Order: sequence, then C-alpha cells, then structure tokens
Amino acid sequence: MIDLALDIMSWILLTVGGACVLIGGIGGLRLPNFYTRIHAASLTDTMATLLIFVGIILQSGFTLASLKLFAIMLFLLLTGPTATYALANAALLSGLKPGPGRSGLKPDAGTAKDKTKENAPE
Amino acid sequence: MYILVSIAILITMVLAVVRALMGPTVYDRVLAVNVFGTKTVLLLSVVAFLNGRPDFLDLALAYALINMVGILAVLEFFQNRSQRNSKAKND
Amino acid sequence: MIYIFALFLLTLLVITAVAIVRTEDLFVSVILTSIFSLLMAINFFILDAADVALTEAAVGAGVTTVIFLCALALTGDQEKPQKEGQNRGQKVALVVVGFLALLIIYSTFDNPRLGDPDAPVHQHVAPWYLEKTPEYMDFPNVVTAILSSFRGYDTLGEVFVVFAACIGVLFILGVSPPRKSLQVSVRKSGLRHHLIPQVVGRLLIPFIVLFGLYTQFHGEYGPGGGFQAGALIATGVILYALLEGEAEALRAVPRRVLLGMVVGGALLYGSVGVVCMLMGGSFLDYSVLAADPVWGQQLGILIIEAGVGMAVCGALLSIFHAFAARERLT
Repeated sequence: MIDLALDIMSWILLTVGGACVLIGGIGGLRLPNFYTRIHAASLTDTMATLLIFVGIILQSGFTLASLKLFAIMLFLLLTGPTATYALANAALLSGLKPGPGRSGLKPDAGTAKDKTKENAPE
Repeated sequence: MYILVSIAILITMVLAVVRALMGPTVYDRVLAVNVFGTKTVLLLSVVAFLNGRPDFLDLALAYALINMVGILAVLEFFQNRSQRNSKAKND
Repeated sequence: MIYIFALFLLTLLVITAVAIVRTEDLFVSVILTSIFSLLMAINFFILDAADVALTEAAVGAGVTTVIFLCALALTGDQEKPQKEGQNRGQKVALVVVGFLALLIIYSTFDNPRLGDPDAPVHQHVAPWYLEKTPEYMDFPNVVTAILSSFRGYDTLGEVFVVFAACIGVLFILGVSPPRKSLQVSVRKSGLRHHLIPQVVGRLLIPFIVLFGLYTQFHGEYGPGGGFQAGALIATGVILYALLEGEAEALRAVPRRVLLGMVVGGALLYGSVGVVCMLMGGSFLDYSVLAADPVWGQQLGILIIEAGVGMAVCGALLSIFHAFAARERLT
C-alpha cells in the first residue's frame, strides 16, 4: 500500500519535473530577449531539479544512494541561482539593457560583423 | 517512467545546444552552457537509476560541483574581454 | 534504448563540432568545446565507462575550459581573417578527409556489434582480468585493478607524460618576457566585488576538495582514482583563484608546493616500484609489500594512486598559474 502510494507520488513528481524541463527548453528558444530567457532557464531548472530528485529519492528508500542524491540536489540548488545571478550581473554591467527589445530573430554563428548591430559590446 | 523523463531531458539538451549555436549575444551562449550542464547532471542521475547502478551517482555529484566553476570562469574572463574591447574602442 | 541516446547525443556532437570549427569568435569556440566535452562524458557514461566519464567531465569541462580561457585572455580572441587564396587548399583537404572518412566507415562494417560476447576483444585477456581481480586484489572495481596493478607500467608512463607536459608548459610560459613594464598591475579578480558568488563559492570549495579526496580513496570501489581526484582538487583551488584573485591562490598553494607535488607524485610511483624490487619481487609487483599478498596489492595501489593524484593536481595547477599569472603583452 505504501509502495503504491510512493510509486504514484514518484510518477507525478517525475512527470511534472520532465514537463518543467521541457517548458524551460522551449522557453529558452522562443522568448525574445536575454533577460526573459534567463527567467525561463533558471526557474525551470531549479523547479525541475527539486521535483525530479525528490521523485527519485522516494523510489530508492533509505540508502546511501538517497544521501548522494540529496547532496547532488543541494549542490544544484545552491549553484544554479548563483550562476544565474553572476550571468545576469555580468550582462548588466557590460551594457546589455533589459528592455522590451526583441533579439535573436536572426540565427548566426557569432561572426564579427553583427557586433555593430547589437547595443552591447561583445 | 524514467525513460520519459530522460527523453524530456534529452530534448531540452538539444534545444539548449540550438540556443548556444544561435544566440546573438555571448550571454545567450553562456546561459545555454549552464542549462546544458544542469541537464547533464539530471540526465546522469536519472539514467544511473534507470540502469540500476546507483554508484554512478559520483559522476553527477562531480559535475554538479564543476559546472559552477566553469560558468564563473567564463564570466570572469568575459569581463576582461569586454574591458579590453571597450579600451580598444576608446583608443 | 541505447539507440535513442546515441541518436540524440551523437548528432549533437557532430553539430557542435561543426559549429566549433565554423565560428570565427574563439570565445564562442571555447564555450562550445565545453559542451562538446560534456557530450563526450555522457556518451562514455551511456557506454558504461564510468571512470572515463568522470575523468572527461572533471578535466574536459572543468579545468580545460578554464585554461583555454586563460590562454584567450593572453591572445586575441578573433580568428585571423582568411585570405582568398587559401580556398583551394581547403577544398583539397575537404576531399581527402571525406574520402578517409568514407573508408573508415566502410571498414567498420566488419566490426562486431557493441557488447557482443563473442567479440575477439572479450576472449583473451579480459576474462582473465575479470577472474583474477577478486582473487588477487579483492575489490570490485576492475578498471582500477587493471590500471594500477595489471598494467602498472602504462600508468607509470602516463604519470611521467603528465610530468613532462607540466615541465614543457613551464618552460615556455614560466619565463617572463624581456620587456619589463613599470606599471605591473596585479590583476584583481573580477568576481571579488560580487557578494553572492563569493559566499557560495567559499561554501563549495571545501566540499569540492572533500569530494576529490573521496574520489581518490574510493577509487577501488566505485568510479574514481588518482586522475579524477587530481582534477577535482585542482578545480577546487581554481575556484578559489577565480574568487579571490590569482595572487591569493598562489599565496594559499605556493609554486614550490605545486612543483613538489608534481615531482613527488612521479617519484612516489617510481619508488614504490623500486621498493617492490628491494623487497624481493619484480618492479611494480605489489604482492611483496606486505605479508598477505592481497593486502600488499591494495597497499601498493593506494600509494600509487596517491602519487598519480598528486602529480595530476600539481600539473594542472602549475599550468593554470603559468597562464594566469602572465601579464598581457600588448
């Protein structure tokens, strides 16, 4: 009985976690601006980490593997927002202004010629 | 159950690489690398459980710690680069 | 199942490789190289090679990216623009590479399938190793057993190659340029004034070093060993260098200590071999190190893995400091 309840909880958590991951990925492509993309990437990252890892921990019971999973989850939860903060700070300090502008319509491979078209020094 | 989650994570990794190749500013690419790194950790953990080898979780732990070092290094040296570029523009 | 992974990951690998070559901005190439190395680590993991995956993740995606970025900070980061006359050479190169690739793909049709138990590579030495490891060494990780004991000579050579690489880089980069500028500014870390990375980074450094030590000593029971541990501990010190500035990291772990680690690691490995000879066995035959041969093997493997870890950590940190401490020449 408890096993069934744990299985159902795991299923739900893993599925919602997978959906979060997908939403984050799609958001990273479709959103117009760097700052909006960073919202999509970081929020869904953290949420998916929580959900998926709790789902797996529920499945594996009280073993060493659960402890390792808990440690991984803790480190991801600590370092994910820090990296996001550092990235957004670096972008802001080097001149990329958060605004309603739309960028990213033209795919390119980072060639030198579109430095003149961006308002941020690259 | 685990297979669905791992396919979802794989698809997101593909989308992150597309963003890394496509992003107009360098920050988009660094963001994509960060997302890719976190999804790698998730994928490693889920697949380790899928295959029933929980002692492979050491890889995921190692990578969770290394991911941040890579991103911080990129940002640190990126500041140097933008300072150098702005100095070159001012000269 | 494995085909799904192969489809996604190998396709991504090819796309990333093409993008690395085609982009003109070297900074972008370095970032994409980090993704490439991660993809390779996942590939190795899917193929059940956990030790290699850990090494690739720790060295490729962590330390190598940082060292490339240090090198980019010294030189420019745009590729030199191509002149028009070089296109013909490129076409010839493309044709030759394409032909060779087709030849190689044709020759893989004769290969046995992945994981085939009748493949020749699984017939001769591999079953012997798998049988003899519990008997001679009594621990589960056969990769570490092969690496450190059955093929100990090869690992000795690897440690000396790491040592030689470190010396090579120090010869080239450790020499100061003849031009002495009067305003030598110690380049402060750009991250010093940001509170959040400082706090979280300082929180993580002891865990990274602790995990490196865990990987070092746990290498006989799970994925791990000296190479991975050296890379992880080097990553911890590099994180400290990024947060506090490279001069502070040199004050924490001075250059003499790094050189001592590199030299000491290689010497430790070699001297274990010599001690084995002095105690009556052949070179690198650890069974004679203790009264019980199994315990002797385990003791020998412990010591040489420590030697490998020290050498790799010292070498990676020396190379990092060689790049990062150099003032820019322009």
